[in-house]
Amino acid sequence: MDKREKDIEKLKDYKYGFSTDIENIRAPKGLNEDVIKFISNIKNEPQWMLDFRLKAFERFKQLKEPNWQKPKYPKIDYQDLYYYSAPKSMKDKPKSLDELDPKLLETYKKLGIPLQEQARLNGIAVDAVFDSVSVATTFKDELTKQGIIFCSMSEAIQKHPDLVKKYLGTVIPTTDHFFATLNSAVFTDGSFVYIPEGIKCPMELSTYFRINASETGQFERTLIIADKGSYVSYLEGCTAPMRDENQLHAANVELIALDDAEIKYSTVQNWYPGDENGKGGIYNFVTKRGLCKGKNSKISWTQVETGSAITWKYPSCILKGDNSIGEFYSIAITNNHQKADTGTKMIHLGKNTKSKIISKGISAGLSDMTYRGLVDINSKAKNSSNYTQCDSLLMGNKCGAHTVPYIKNKNFDSNIAHEATTSKISEEQLHYCQQRGLNPEEAVGLIVNGFCKEVLQQLPMEFAVEAQKLVGISLEGSVG
Amino acid sequence: MLKINNLSANIENKSILKDFSLNINPGEVHAIMGPNGSGKSTLSNILSGKKGYEISGEVLFENNNLFELETEERAHKGIFLAFQYPLEIPGVNTNIFLKTSLNAIRKAKGEKELDAIEFLKLVKEKARELKFDEEKLNRQLNVGFSGGEKKKNEILQMSMLSPKLSILDETDSGLDIDALKVVSDGVNTLRSKDNSFLIITHYQRLLDYIKPDFVHVLMNGKIIKSGGPELALELEKKGYENFN
Repeated sequence: MDKREKDIEKLKDYKYGFSTDIENIRAPKGLNEDVIKFISNIKNEPQWMLDFRLKAFERFKQLKEPNWQKPKYPKIDYQDLYYYSAPKSMKDKPKSLDELDPKLLETYKKLGIPLQEQARLNGIAVDAVFDSVSVATTFKDELTKQGIIFCSMSEAIQKHPDLVKKYLGTVIPTTDHFFATLNSAVFTDGSFVYIPEGIKCPMELSTYFRINASETGQFERTLIIADKGSYVSYLEGCTAPMRDENQLHAANVELIALDDAEIKYSTVQNWYPGDENGKGGIYNFVTKRGLCKGKNSKISWTQVETGSAITWKYPSCILKGDNSIGEFYSIAITNNHQKADTGTKMIHLGKNTKSKIISKGISAGLSDMTYRGLVDINSKAKNSSNYTQCDSLLMGNKCGAHTVPYIKNKNFDSNIAHEATTSKISEEQLHYCQQRGLNPEEAVGLIVNGFCKEVLQQLPMEFAVEAQKLVGISLEGSVG
Repeated sequence: MLKINNLSANIENKSILKDFSLNINPGEVHAIMGPNGSGKSTLSNILSGKKGYEISGEVLFENNNLFELETEERAHKGIFLAFQYPLEIPGVNTNIFLKTSLNAIRKAKGEKELDAIEFLKLVKEKARELKFDEEKLNRQLNVGFSGGEKKKNEILQMSMLSPKLSILDETDSGLDIDALKVVSDGVNTLRSKDNSFLIITHYQRLLDYIKPDFVHVLMNGKIIKSGGPELALELEKKGYENFN
């Protein structure tokens, strides 16, 4: 192997694949009322929260696991999972970072998310979620001064019960689909954000999700509320160790934008995708839904999906307020044996509502990618419009790309435009780039980044560069 | 600089080049003329590193065995091919492509990579010299460019990269007189005692603007006659068929 091949080998490795050896507290294995009570109890939750969970669990018992998606997976034994796992050291609720287990600090440092005061990322407040608990939230004091609440969901339930009670489950009700309802029953932690009226959040808020423990599902819950005239940009990042087993990540994310408010939600998803033979990797079955509740509100989803064995999610917008805007920008990359069935739903209820969908799917290796999207314009949503652009890029002859748009338009004043393209990186294009001095990896990186540009531009600056690199790395070894 | 010894090339069991030999010294301009199907484009493809040919014989570029070098390594060492059909790359900005290319080659040569400002200064200067529409530099590479613009873009890239050996594969085909002038100006500006050119063409016309040192006539994969510029004129008069 020459030096370049070695370098490429190195890059191909999933650099977040390490695991942290740390003592855990776990709920007993399995899914039942006792486990739900255990979770609620260890988090010292009020009765209403427990009732919320139990109600969801009752509903869950009546629901059937869906099976309409393109990527199929072996049956998950829900009784053979741990639903709560947290570092033991978190039980005493460390008051500050000095009290935090050094192993946790080290883990986040290795992930490139330093939590310590002196090393913090510039202009980004981070909530770090490790398995089932939030271990630290940075820049809390600065945010509090403006009345912004940014904390773990567990803390919000304790300290801001009125806000949680008012909004939790209003976008994704406890009676929703199988995985969302499961989440409502057993969710463990996640982030909570409240931006008060008229406040523009001065920094990026970010949650970093890390799955560490084995045989553990991660069910986090995030709730973001932007009050009238406020603005927030939020980013989530995800990684997990390399393991042979498949691990389930079934999060619920609810966004609520009131009158004239704007929420920008970006995801860089880099869960462990499994090895090149398709062994192991995360099942990322996530429910993300935003409600443009007030007039002139706006919710924008941007996602860069490079990881997971199976990605199955449709970040959606319900455009209830008149003149509200929903946007969905997505890059999904599958390589080796990865599979993705992802897209969005834009539900137009209010008048003059607008939505825009830009989806860029890239498949390589033996992978399979489906874009699935719904645009639903209600009869009352007069004068509304949607623009959808859905592009697929194929690398090699063994991968698949599918586009499945569902379009419903129930009034004559509204219009929907859908454009789709499928292209392939040709040998000739690669040869041309190589003749100009680029090696095949650089050439693919350049072409793919060009293909994704419209979406990458939507990411906060700090993450755009990172995402651009990730796009290149995810496709290493897929040339030739 | 370039020594081709007994090069034979087959594609899908069809023999295209047969015992082809050619020697290009630094500073020389060679023109290869030949009818359709004589093997002209195969020659440029093989020199640039395109895969898919069965090859025998030897090609040395500054004493390096060319067949041991990857396509991009040949580019790093100073071989440039102006493509007969320049490729479109949707989504990739022309300036970004040029900068990435230039810096990849500079880096391979151990030279300092240019930052955005240095690059823009250089590219604007070159674009002006070649009367290349600067607005096109901000467009997607070759997407929506006319045939002439694509060819001019190849010459712009050539002058940006200042290669030692430039191979022009029918760059003159389909160009109007003005564009032809631009292409030849590009070549003549780069021409020096160190830089060599291999110009592949059907027509004598281009050679009115770029004066070659040698002209070779290629028929059925072999050079059947070599000479000075006067050979091109003779060829133009007689036509390929009667030439043999």
